[in-house]
Amino acid sequence: MNPSNPPLEIHDMTVAYHKRPVLYGIDLVVPGGKLVGVVGPNGAGKTTLIKACLGLLPLSSGWVKYFGQAYRESKSRVGYVPQRESVDWDFPVNVSDVVLMGRYGKTSLFMRPTREDRAIARECLDKVKMLPYADRQISNLSGGQQQRVFLARALAQESDVYFMDEPFSGVDAATETAIIELLHELRDQGKTIIVVHHDLPTAKEYFDMLLLLNMRVVAFGDTEEVFTSELLQRTYGGRLTILSEVVDVVKQQEER
Amino acid sequence: MILSRAWAWCLLICCLTQPVFADRIGDVVDTHVWEQAARFFTFRDPSLRYALAGALLLGISCGVLGSFIVVRKMALMGDTLSHAVLPGVAAGFLWSGTKDPLVILVGATIAGLLGTFLVSVIRQTTRIKEDACMGLVLGSFFAVGICLLTRIQKMETGNQSGIDKFMFGQAAALNADDIRLMALCTVVVLLLVSLCYKGLLAASFDQDFAVSLGLPVRILHYLLMGLLTFSIVVSLQAVGVVLVSAMLITPAATAYLLSDRMHRMILYAAGFGTVSGALGVFLSFQGNNLPTGPFMVVGASSFFLIAFMIAPRHGLVVRWLRRLRRSRRIQFENTLKGMHRVLEDRDFVGDGVSLRELAELRRETIEDVRKRVRALVRAGQATLGEDGNMAYFTPDSRSTAMRIVRNHRLWELYLTNEANYDADHVHDDAEKIEHVLGEEIVRQLERKLNYPAQDPHGKRIPGIQEIQEDGVRPAAAGAGLGYGESR
Repeated sequence: MNPSNPPLEIHDMTVAYHKRPVLYGIDLVVPGGKLVGVVGPNGAGKTTLIKACLGLLPLSSGWVKYFGQAYRESKSRVGYVPQRESVDWDFPVNVSDVVLMGRYGKTSLFMRPTREDRAIARECLDKVKMLPYADRQISNLSGGQQQRVFLARALAQESDVYFMDEPFSGVDAATETAIIELLHELRDQGKTIIVVHHDLPTAKEYFDMLLLLNMRVVAFGDTEEVFTSELLQRTYGGRLTILSEVVDVVKQQEER
Repeated sequence: MILSRAWAWCLLICCLTQPVFADRIGDVVDTHVWEQAARFFTFRDPSLRYALAGALLLGISCGVLGSFIVVRKMALMGDTLSHAVLPGVAAGFLWSGTKDPLVILVGATIAGLLGTFLVSVIRQTTRIKEDACMGLVLGSFFAVGICLLTRIQKMETGNQSGIDKFMFGQAAALNADDIRLMALCTVVVLLLVSLCYKGLLAASFDQDFAVSLGLPVRILHYLLMGLLTFSIVVSLQAVGVVLVSAMLITPAATAYLLSDRMHRMILYAAGFGTVSGALGVFLSFQGNNLPTGPFMVVGASSFFLIAFMIAPRHGLVVRWLRRLRRSRRIQFENTLKGMHRVLEDRDFVGDGVSLRELAELRRETIEDVRKRVRALVRAGQATLGEDGNMAYFTPDSRSTAMRIVRNHRLWELYLTNEANYDADHVHDDAEKIEHVLGEEIVRQLERKLNYPAQDPHGKRIPGIQEIQEDGVRPAAAGAGLGYGESR
């Protein structure tokens, strides 16, 4: 892997939601083969960061590159696990249908999933130990099982960079362990995984690197270096009250 | 909502059409119901053949598209679209002066697109939320459409034009050109949906993920809206503006209750759409060309009602039966548990439990207890002695009783040990949980609690082996293993 082309590079990225800036001037270079945790208070823009990286939200400025290429050219190398609550679990599909969707980007829109696609989907289901539930309708799953299905769908994408939005929220202890083992396995295969995480104590345990985020990058580095009370204080301490006030003023003026 | 509206419209129509047809009853008095039905099933009338073909075609396209509308939670959008096309229909007629299907199609499509465009403009520029925007556009477009229609009917050519059929639909007014257009529409819908099925499915389930895969989600959305407009417009003559959205939503909603896979739901929806369409034509024909739309929707709604009642997994009756069965089982289990505890209280001496003892333990009258035991006997879970005052376990029911007691005591122990409940707080909770604990969870509990012998009140917890053995060989084994020693 060319060291000058890191898996993920973000340059001066600013993102606004309904004209209201949520992320300011994000600069980030994530090296390969790392498990990165993104932590920060509510409203810090963690989900926004992921969505902006995936082109789901327009950037006000800056750019994102994967392996030195724009997202448009590298879509097949980027995988995504959205928040579990973002979909309707009463949707009429079963577990293997959902995992198969991870393969949809691999072939043209008009092509049916191939036998190989189905085999890969089954393999991924097996990796998260959900193969016995392959034919279940998704509303009959527990929270942890739903999360595993989402994970299997992302595995089926066979990407090099993964974004995961709170994969540990609302799952049972067994699932949490299973997921973290899987993430370590992926990391050891040289993949880069960026995980939005809510729980500070486990964040220290789980991740190689941490990104402390609060509307801008407070700190980014190896977990031991970044996980200090001073930096955490700065992330969670609400020192940015003036910044968010200014944001409100700007918004009000634009609406006038 | 759609459903209730459909019924309301139907009532209205029945009232409205009465005076219109009153003067024609003289003509139809000699056509008997059966003769009329026979005429229907021999397909003698060409207009009937067209009407049926139209109903089938619109049933298919509405069912297919409706399935996507329902799972994408866009039902109200379908309603808005169908009402918004009315001014386009009227304008198309005014423009061409005749009922030219092509001009009307173009006018209606423009009006429909304008309506959806307005919805998104209002939503984005004001703080009015989407549902209100839709209501706004729906109402105003529909009103304009009605105003134009009344003008047309005042015109000389307008009266015989059949433009009024667009309100409630008249499948008998379809001609060969209309059918060709509907067939084209249905073929296009089927072709595009099956071609883009993968993308439509992914985008409907998880839009963000579909975008991240690089699927053309926005184009697919417009494609769906385009097909929707197209098929609403070509269905208008047969179903009418007022009810076309019901033909989109009702068959699809029925199918949703009956299936757990999207492709099956689409298939069922198309089936229900077709059958209710044909039913509508038949009933309309029977009533001497009453408006078709309401009858189609009544048919579709009846199917929904049936599915709502007896759908295998989501149906009302099925759920009710399931609940009934569960509460019956819980009652049985409670009675059996009581019998076990009576035996336990006297250290498993003897096999029979007298109804008086059981009544004392359960704090009920002997009559009540007798009823419970009789129910058990009827279900083959107990036997009554000859005098009718002693109840005995069957081998099966003895292990059921022990299983419930074990569940109860394990759960109590779990709550006190692991969840720090006080010992006097756990009983009521365990009374409910004991009936729902599965074998797997019970094993987990045992492991977690290190195979305990006693519950928090010092009573013995039967182990799995005892339950299996005791089912066959009751009191002796129990005594050997030291039942009741803790008391």
